[in-house]
This record gives sequence, structure tokens and C-alpha cells, in this order.
Amino acid sequence: MSSYPLLSLAIWIPIVAGLLVLATGADRNAPLARWLSLVGAAIGFLVTIPLWTGFDSGSAAMQFVELAPWIVRFNVNYHLGVDGISMLFVLLNSFITVIVVLAGWEVIKDKVAQYNAAFLIMSGLMNGIFTALDGVLFYTFFEASLIPLYIIIGVWGGPNRVYAAFKFFLYTLAGSLLFLVALIYLYVHSGGSFSILEWQQLPIPLASQTWLFLAFLVAFAVKVPMWPVHTWLPDAHVEAPTGGSIVLAAIALKLGAYGFLRFSLPIAPDASHELSGFVIALALIAVVYIGFVALVQSDMKKLVAYSSIAHMGFVILGFFMFSAIGVEGALVQMVSHGFVSGAMFFCIGVMYDRVHSRQIADYGGVVNTMPKFAALFMLFSMANSGLPATSGFVGEFMVILGAVKFNFWVAFAVATSMIIGAAYNLWMYKRVVFGAVANHHVAELTDINKREFLILALLAAGTLWMGLYPQPFTEVMHASVNELLHHVANSKIQ
Amino acid sequence: MEMQKLYLLVPMAPLIGAMIAGLFCRVIPRWVAHTATIAGVAIAFIASALIFQDVVAGHTFNGTVYTWLTTGDYNFEVGFLIDTLTVTMMLVVTFVSLMVHIYTIGYMHDDPGYNRFFSYISLFTFSMLMLVMSNNFMQLFFGWEAVGLVSYLLIGFWYTRPTAIFANMKAFLVNRVGDFGFILGIGLILAYTGSLDYATVFQKAPGLADTTINIWGAADWSLMTVTCICLFIGAMGKSAQVPLHVWLPDSMEGPTPISALIHAATMVTAGIFMVSRMSPLFELSTTALSFVLVIGAITALFMGFLGIIQNDIKRVVAYSTLSQLGYMTVALGASAYSVAIFHLMTHAFFKALLFLGAGSVIIGMHHDQDIRNMGGLRKYMPITWITSLVGSLALIGTPFLSGFYSKDSIIEAVQLSHIPGAGFAYFAVLAGVFVTAFYSFRMYFLVFHGAERFGKADDAHHHEHEGDHDDEEVATDHHHGLAPGQKPHETPWVVTLPLVLLAIPSVVIGYFAIEPMLYGNYFEGVIHIDHEAHPSMEHLAHEFHSAAAMGIHALTSAPFILALAGVVLSWFFYMKRPDIPAAIQKRFSGIYTLLENKYYFDKINELVFAGGARLLGKGLWRGGDVALIDGLVVNGSARLVGMVASITRFFQTGYVYHYAFTMIIGVFVLMTLWINRA
Repeated sequence: MSSYPLLSLAIWIPIVAGLLVLATGADRNAPLARWLSLVGAAIGFLVTIPLWTGFDSGSAAMQFVELAPWIVRFNVNYHLGVDGISMLFVLLNSFITVIVVLAGWEVIKDKVAQYNAAFLIMSGLMNGIFTALDGVLFYTFFEASLIPLYIIIGVWGGPNRVYAAFKFFLYTLAGSLLFLVALIYLYVHSGGSFSILEWQQLPIPLASQTWLFLAFLVAFAVKVPMWPVHTWLPDAHVEAPTGGSIVLAAIALKLGAYGFLRFSLPIAPDASHELSGFVIALALIAVVYIGFVALVQSDMKKLVAYSSIAHMGFVILGFFMFSAIGVEGALVQMVSHGFVSGAMFFCIGVMYDRVHSRQIADYGGVVNTMPKFAALFMLFSMANSGLPATSGFVGEFMVILGAVKFNFWVAFAVATSMIIGAAYNLWMYKRVVFGAVANHHVAELTDINKREFLILALLAAGTLWMGLYPQPFTEVMHASVNELLHHVANSKIQ
Repeated sequence: MEMQKLYLLVPMAPLIGAMIAGLFCRVIPRWVAHTATIAGVAIAFIASALIFQDVVAGHTFNGTVYTWLTTGDYNFEVGFLIDTLTVTMMLVVTFVSLMVHIYTIGYMHDDPGYNRFFSYISLFTFSMLMLVMSNNFMQLFFGWEAVGLVSYLLIGFWYTRPTAIFANMKAFLVNRVGDFGFILGIGLILAYTGSLDYATVFQKAPGLADTTINIWGAADWSLMTVTCICLFIGAMGKSAQVPLHVWLPDSMEGPTPISALIHAATMVTAGIFMVSRMSPLFELSTTALSFVLVIGAITALFMGFLGIIQNDIKRVVAYSTLSQLGYMTVALGASAYSVAIFHLMTHAFFKALLFLGAGSVIIGMHHDQDIRNMGGLRKYMPITWITSLVGSLALIGTPFLSGFYSKDSIIEAVQLSHIPGAGFAYFAVLAGVFVTAFYSFRMYFLVFHGAERFGKADDAHHHEHEGDHDDEEVATDHHHGLAPGQKPHETPWVVTLPLVLLAIPSVVIGYFAIEPMLYGNYFEGVIHIDHEAHPSMEHLAHEFHSAAAMGIHALTSAPFILALAGVVLSWFFYMKRPDIPAAIQKRFSGIYTLLENKYYFDKINELVFAGGARLLGKGLWRGGDVALIDGLVVNGSARLVGMVASITRFFQTGYVYHYAFTMIIGVFVLMTLWINRA
């Protein structure tokens, strides 16, 4: 194991890099800002690789732990660590940051330094969320990470960005407050500890567990987002610039789901069992209802945003079946969704940069002028429909198989996404890419350049690797997921 | 060890060919693409032949290539099961694929997507081989969907045609409906046996024969019935059984070589293969077998009827394929799995032959596919004519030809079966013989005999009757039909050679293969039959003496007479008295309309499922998301907040970063207050 504080590096390298980028100032230094961002993001990604290579997959304990007092008086600590549940997300996040910097390379011409800095800082903060083992630290990162996202949507966003940001704010406000209350309750109840790991061992009566669970649910359900608190996401995506959409879909949506695994399930296991039926119902609605809604979208970004919500329904369902195949399937789905939805939003961005429209009706026959792009877009559309050999299949397959054992009709409902998902993806693909050249915009399209190809190739490599050989991804999860399930299986009521 | 490398070589060689042709399709010349892919498939074929020898010598194999995924107590692996069933499929797939690859050089000669096409068909060969060589359900599903993907890509190969890109989406979605059932079946297997490995599952299955599950209401269902029906729904999608057959006729939008390879010889038989592979499971549920039998019988007969009224040469063959797939399914239902595989094999040869023959006619006719514009082609295309005749004779079950042995065995097996639905199935397959002979020879006569109807100045009438193929001209230098005075021509040797090579097994394979495959021990230990519950195969074996005796005996049997009647009637109708079919069409216009609309399946699907889904989506979106959640709850509370905020509006600057800054400050202030309080 490395003696370097890898987790701190994973958090602070992007943040420091972001501040340096910010210091390059005005847009006349844009090339410098870009290269500095790329170097910062790349180093940030490289330092996370030892987390995987040096990971002891036999252990369920937190690894690469760093512990230092922060606010001594309240026993608040700078306590970091990763286990099999969180480790992959640190890597995914750092990887996606590289992608995002590349994605904005030629496209963002206005306030380049600030744009890249926002992404780098957000990346560091989100690594903080995935690694924090202290309640206050977690909460700080959790809330702070939203600020760059607000800024990205608000400054580089579309015409309706204020409404989108406001809607998001309104949604998260209630959740965040309740989450804070829950944290304070746990602090008091544990006799003065903010350690998440200690909270997980804490005996709590059912009534309190239920309240805690509901508080967590509200906070995390908004972030996931779960039906019916999902309507901010399509608006946020539509207004966000391409990079913002990529981060939002690939990473930000994972924060809420991660919260369920770190807080809800282990801290309130009995309440989780009590309320699992309710949560599963919401998850199934997300999969089926949202699938149909996605089908009729005329805006490509909205369509993919809705498909994200449906995919996150799979994740929540996987969690609440309380089985290894379900939880690991959900985690695989989360990582996969990072690649696939990121790529989908980038593909839409590629077309938007050229035509300045996200409307399906404004396209048709793109394959005639952009054959390379069409091939890659096909790959990701198929991955988004859960085609085997792509990562999109693995998680869905695991969750559906787990669901059959859990309850046949739950499996039946969730498996309909195989049809609906294929329908909305392929219908969009057909209308946008296939056919004769529809208009002069399409006729004038140029195929993807080397930079765009590189981005899509990187994401394609991740998608295919995970589809063809998911074993390395799940191998690291086993011990931690078993530990989690052990937690959940044992009552904490005394 | 030596053999294991060979096993791996079989799917990998076409994959490498596909990657060479696909990834570099823009830079490599055409000869590289077809040489690489043909070499890959040829290697796969030779290796399959070597493996066949080895398997016949008694060396089967069941082993893992790599562990795909472990989770909980479950282990998912990629591995090979090499036994007689696998190797039969491998030989059929690689042989037909090789023929189609060679044929494609001629057929796609003028197409700008030449390299891409070779890449796709090689990729298909890889996927299909992974499917048949699998030793577990996960990889089976993997191959299952992968062939579906390639089928999707190939049906939509001419992507500028609206009909093609509609057909490929339809094919994929209908197949997904099947896969939906399939994955639930796989899930049930995993849930109750804890494994997806064939050997483990088949070993545990008999112990689950009496297990029941509560699916609906108070009634308990047999686990095996539910599982097998779920699995069979998958087969219904892939093997185009009613009501999931709707995609196959439309798939004719793809280039003809793939119609032969994918939509006749190999991919569509994946369902038949799968059920045969699962015989230890299906044998545990007579209910499921009855379901299979009835679905197959409906498909065999009613799809045959549709073949009678088609005028597009490819569509006649397509409906014939549907009907023959029904025959295979009927065989499965009658527990005659080996007969189904036998028919699958013979059908692969003669149906690929018929499709490639149709393709050859299409080239000769300069991409006119309407049989009403043909006639008398035997003079101009002798090789195509003879080979098509051989294919048609094999299809209708002429004694001693391959189709006869397999089809007659099916009919007899059904006759001897006594599970519910067997009576109807027997009637259907028997009547189907007449129908098959009638539509096959209707096409044959109209294309190769009679008056020459091509090259007329006015060929506008075939533009109006259906929109299926009249945007052919989009593909470069594909002109439509023959110019006035122009004559059809025989196709080059790359096209006719595969026809000849396919005609040979179409004639002889049945005679040589029937005894070992059906009555020998070829499938021993591979296909499992519960002879007590489903004795038809055992009875069939008692009646069988030799292939020659079977052929001679058949000359006086009902199927032969029916087939003969079909041929004679079609000759009389279409060569002697073309006024009669026209009169019948007028007289029974109701039935004709029903057939012309393909029993209204497409219209119902379009209206109820596609339309219903869009309507539901719109309703949920407008009513749920926009009106209820956003309109009432979110923006409603926003307005409330807005009212409150109007009092405190002087705090608002309208700049996002001010708000952001305030938030950070707020967090710090809160924490400071907290520290000082204590």
C-alpha cells in the first residue's frame, strides 16, 4: 500500500489545479488555461489509479484511510477512506474530469479559465464526497459541490438557465436541511461523534430509524433523482453546457445513490426493510413511467435525461432488494451509466456544436455526412439500451436476474425497460442518424475531429471493457457489499 | 489443449476478419475486405470440420474460457460446450456463411458499402458461433442479442431508405419483446438452480419438476412450465413465431445475401437450437410443449397462406421461411428435437439456396423483384434455374431430397404425439405441405416458365402496388428493372458457384444424415427425451427401416400426394389458366384482403402497441411531469416562495455567484455560531 495520502491528493490536486487555472485570468490566456486544466485533470486521474491497483479486494474495511482532527471541539475529523463501494467512483469521477476538459476544448471560448476551474474544483469536491467518512466533512463537500454546478449552468448555460438553476435549488433545499437535521440527531444520539462508521454500528429504535431514513430519502432522492422529484433534471440538462451535462449525468447523479449505501441502508437497516416496498415502488415507476415519457421527447437532451432517470431506477431497485447481485448490479450500473450517459450527452453536444439545435426534428440522415460519428453514436445508443458486450447490459442483467429471485412481478416490470429503452433509443437514432439528408444543416455537417474521436474512443473503450469483462469491476466490490448486506440483515433495534 | 485452441479459433477467425474489414473500411481496398473475411470464415469452417471429426470420435468438451463476472454466490462464465448439437450448428453456420461471403462479392459488387457489408456478415458469423458454442445461459443471451444487433445493422444496411430503417427498428424491438420473456426465464433458472451453467442446470432440473411458484392469484404454477414458456417467448422472437413473426417479412429490406444467411439459414433458427439445447427442461413440462406445438402449428400453416399471395420474390421465400420455422417448432413441441435440428440443417441448405437463387434472379432482372415482371427466365439463367428447381423440390418434400426426410419425419412425429394440441398440429403440418408446394411452384413457374413479361416499356404497375422496394434507386447505380428489349443475364461465377455448392447438400444430406441423426446415437446425452411421457420419437424409430425404404414408402403417402397436388394446381393456375386465380381473388375478396393485410398484425401492432406507447408517454409527460409535478407542486411552491420573497427581495441581486457566495458564508456562519454557543 502506498504511503502517499492518495485520497487527499485525489481531492486537492484538482482543486489546486482549478485555482491555478483561475489565476490565468482573462481569455487571452485561454490556451494556457486549457493545457493547465488538462494537465491538472490528468494528474488528478493518475493519482487515483493506485487506489484500484493497490486495493485489497479481500478486505471490507476502509482503505487508504486518512484521519486528522479538524474541529476538535465537536469531534469533527478530516477522515477519508474508500471501500469497494466508493473506490470506483473516485476513479470514474477523475476520469470523467479529463473527458470534460477535453470536451470543452474548442467549444468553450468565453471565460475559459473560469469554466475549466469550475469543473476541476467540482471534481475535487466530489472526490471528497465519495471518500469522506465524517458526517460534517461529507455534508460540506456534498453542498459545496453544487456551487460549481450552479455556476456552470448559470453562466455557460442555455437561455432558460435561471429557471433550471432555481428549480434545482428549490428541490435540493428541503433535502439538504433534513439531511443536516439527521446528521445532528446522529451526532447527539451517538454521544458526540460524526464518524459515519460509528453511526453504522449505532443501535437506534425503529421510530427514529424511520425518521432518519425519510430524511435521508428526501435528500438523496432529489439527487438521484427518483420519481416524483425528478423534474429538475431534464431542465438542468437542457440548460447545461455539454460538459455540465456530462458531469451531471456521469457523476452528480451517483451522489444520491451513493448516499443510500453509505447512510440509509447501514444506519437505518430496519427502516430500510420496513420502507423497501415503498422505495421499490418509486424505483419501478421511475423505470416504467419515465421510459414512456422518454419515448415522446422531441429534445434529444431531454430524452437522454429521462433515460438517465430510468437507469437510476434500476440502481435504486438493485439496492433495495438487499441481495449481492442486486447491489453489485446497481453499482455496476452506476459506473456504466457514467460512461454511457456521458458519451450520449457528448454525442448530442457534438451535433449541437454544429447545428445549434437539440431537436430531433432538425436532424435526419446524419450518417451520410458523419459516418464515424454515427458508428460511435450507435455503440452508445445500444449501450444505453442495454445491449450485451456493452457495460449497459451488465448492470441491467444483474438487477433483472436478482429481481426474479426477489419477486417475479418486480422483475417483470423492470424488464419492460428492455423494450422501452430500446424503443426510445433506437427511435431517436433512426430519426436523427438514418435516412436521407434532411436539410442543409445536415448536408453541411463535418465528421468528428481527432479530439472528439479521442473522447468517444476513450468512453467506448470503458463501455466495451466493462461489457466484455466486468469481473475486475465487481471483484473489488464483493467484500464491502457483503459487509453492507450483513449490516442490513442485522437488526439495530435493541 | 490442442483442440481447445481450435475451439477458440472458430469464433475468433471471423471476428478478426470483421474487425479488419470494419475498423479500416474506409482505407482498405475491396479485395482486402473480402479476402480477410472469407479467409476468416473459411478457417472457421475448416476448424469446425476438424472438430466435427473429433466429436464424432467421442471427444466432447465443456469448459470455461474466462470468468465474466462473479457476484454473491453466482458465477457467470464465458465458455464452450462442444458436442454433436454444437458441432452440427457450427458446420451449418460456417458453411452457409462461407457460401454467402463468396456470393456477396458478386451481389454487392456495385455497392459503396462493400467493406462494411463484409464486416457485418463476418461479425454476424462470430456472434452466431458464440451463441451456439456457449455452455451457459449468459453467453447464450449474449450471442442472442449480438446476432440481433447485426441483423438490425444489416436490415438497415441501405440506411437512406425509409422502409429499411423502419424495418430494422421493428425487427429489433419485436426481438426485444421476445428477449423480455427470455431474460425472465433465465432469471427463474438462476433463482432456482443458482447457476446459469447448462450442465449444472440440467442436472438440477429434474429435482425441480414438482416445484410450483405463485405467479397469479391463488393458483400455483409449475415452475418448469413458467420457465420454459418464458424461454420459448425468446425463441418466438428470434425464430419469428406468431405473434412475434411480424419483423421477418419486413427484414427483406436488407440485401439478399443476409436474407439467406441471417433471415433463413442461421439466426432465425437460433430459437429452434435453443429449445433443443434446453430439452432437459422442456421435457419436464408437457404444458409448455403443448404451447410450443400449437404456436408452431399456427405459424406453419397460416404463414404459408400468406406466401401464396406475395408478388415480391423475396417475400415469397420469407413467408416460406416463416412456415418452415413453424414446422421446426412443431417438431420441438412433439419432443422430436433431433428432427427439428435435422430440418433446421436441411432447411438451412435449401432455403439459403432459394434465397441466393432469388438474389441471382434479382441481379439478372436488374433489381426488379416483382415476379409478375419475370417469366421464362430459364432460357437466360440456366444455372439459377436448375438450382432453384432443386431448392424448390427439396422444400416441398420430394422423396429422396433432403427436405423430404426432415419434413416427413416431422409430420410423422406429430402424428405419433399425443400431447394436447397434437391433433390440430398434425392437421396444420399436413395442410401446410399442400400450401408449401403451391406457393413454391407458383413462384417457380412465374419466374422461370411461361411468357416473358420483363422489359416492357410500361413497368409502372409494379411501382404502385407496394412501397416495399421502390426506393431502390437511392443506392447508387441500382437501376430498377430491365429496360425495354433488354434481356436478363446469367450471373457471374461468384454468384452461381455458391448456388451449386448449396444445391448438393440440398439433394443428398437428408438421405445420408437421417439414420445417424434421428435414429442413431448421434445426439445421445445431448438431447434428452422423457420417452414415457413423450414417446413419439421412440415410435418413430420403430417405424423407420432405412432412408431408401422411407423414400419409396412415401410415394404412396398423404404428404407426397398433397405436395404433388400443390405443384400440379399451381401449374394449372398460373401456366394454363391464369384467369382462375384472378377469379378466385375476386370471388373471395374478403379472404384476399385479410391475407393481403397479413391478418392485420402490423396494423394492430402499429395502432395498439406503438400508438399506445406514444399516447401513454405523452399522457404521463404532459399530465404527470408537466402539469402535476411541475405545474402544481414545484412551480406552485415556487410561486409561494416568490410571494414571501417579494418582502425580502432587496436581498436579491440576481447573480448566481452572489447566491453561491452567500451559501458558503452561510455554512461558515452556522458553524461559527455553533462553536461559540457551546
